[in-house]
Amino acid sequence: MAKVPVQFTLNGAEKAEFVDSGTTLLHALRDKIGDTSPKGGCHQGTCGACSVIIDGELRLSCLTLAETCNGAEIRTTSGLAEAGVLHPLQRAFLDAFATQCGFCTPGMIMAAKVLLDHTPNPSREEVVEALSSNICRCTGYEPIIQAVLRAARANSQNAA
Amino acid sequence: MTLALQTFSTVKDANAALQAAGTRYLGGGTLVVRAANEGDISVSSLVRVTETSLQAIAVSGGEARLGASVTMAAIARHPELAALAPAARAVGGPAIRNMATVGGNLFAPAPYGDFTVALLALDAIIVTEDSEVPIQTFLAGRDASRAIVTGITFVLPRAESFRFLKVSRVKPKGVSVLSIATHLQRAADGTVTSARIALGCMADRPMRARATEKALLGCKLTAEEIAPALAAAGEGTSPITDPVASAWYRNEVLPVHLGRLLLA
Repeated sequence: MAKVPVQFTLNGAEKAEFVDSGTTLLHALRDKIGDTSPKGGCHQGTCGACSVIIDGELRLSCLTLAETCNGAEIRTTSGLAEAGVLHPLQRAFLDAFATQCGFCTPGMIMAAKVLLDHTPNPSREEVVEALSSNICRCTGYEPIIQAVLRAARANSQNAA
Repeated sequence: MTLALQTFSTVKDANAALQAAGTRYLGGGTLVVRAANEGDISVSSLVRVTETSLQAIAVSGGEARLGASVTMAAIARHPELAALAPAARAVGGPAIRNMATVGGNLFAPAPYGDFTVALLALDAIIVTEDSEVPIQTFLAGRDASRAIVTGITFVLPRAESFRFLKVSRVKPKGVSVLSIATHLQRAADGTVTSARIALGCMADRPMRARATEKALLGCKLTAEEIAPALAAAGEGTSPITDPVASAWYRNEVLPVHLGRLLLA
């Protein structure tokens, strides 16, 4: 089958690739472009491990076809750290022991980033709602919720 | 196995391409890409449409028209669709709601399709390029439907007349045990003068609770008066059995949840 061109911005950098028609964005990111931060968990839209931000909205890259992302701005967890300094969410996940096996972490962080971008000081309920597409089988969720609340506090202190 | 994706700028051209064997329509991807990922080899080709009217929400004169590609997130945040926001928020988590469309929800098999339960209680009209069909007729024939749904129209309910409930075991978000939407008109003294009640997960697709609707007419919403209507709730149901609940369980708890919703 003929390859199709896809072109989008990934974490601020222009990317262009040829992929098989019908290739998922998850597959294109991981196996073509080499960004392995989105994880392939269920491939069914249930676990949230593949969550990325497309044009400011949280999406599941396993259910998104790469061809439909032409011209889009895509953000993944691998693009969060700047000049070797972790993003406040990444720092908070480490400090709050919100990562165990780590498989769900990039998806959790993307879901939390969209929340904090729109709601800088979320309530606990808003954090729980924002993470409700993402499954973690290690932590029991509480450390993750605490990490997001901690990152929100750190952001507001920096802004003050 | 690769999927050939064809993109069209008009519904007319996409409808023509959709007639080919093995071709499915791609909306938000939460049903059809999921099926392909799961190994459904009946899908070999996908068709999508970029026509912007499919993403439009229009509310005027007490009526709403949703383009088929309107997402659950867009409905949930639209100020004039507040009555439907609980049903839109009942679908998936934030990422799914940013992708899942109202047109796709019409085709979601139980235990999915919670938003369609709300549309069924509103007696919505399903619009394709050359037809307008009542939702109940549409749902009955959806497996054989080959025409792209372009929009859904309905009369906006007054907030006090419309109620929606999704019951799930996992909090805050989980797959439905069942969902219920009720649209009741009541006289000044509280007597029910018309009733439309739709149920999700109580068959392979959303269904109307006709016996309950009939039994509610002339009742006031008190525990005593609605008891016969609740007793009739299981008439005609054929619930699914899945890992969340058995058909027996769904039938047992339906009158309990319906009663709570009516008396709330």
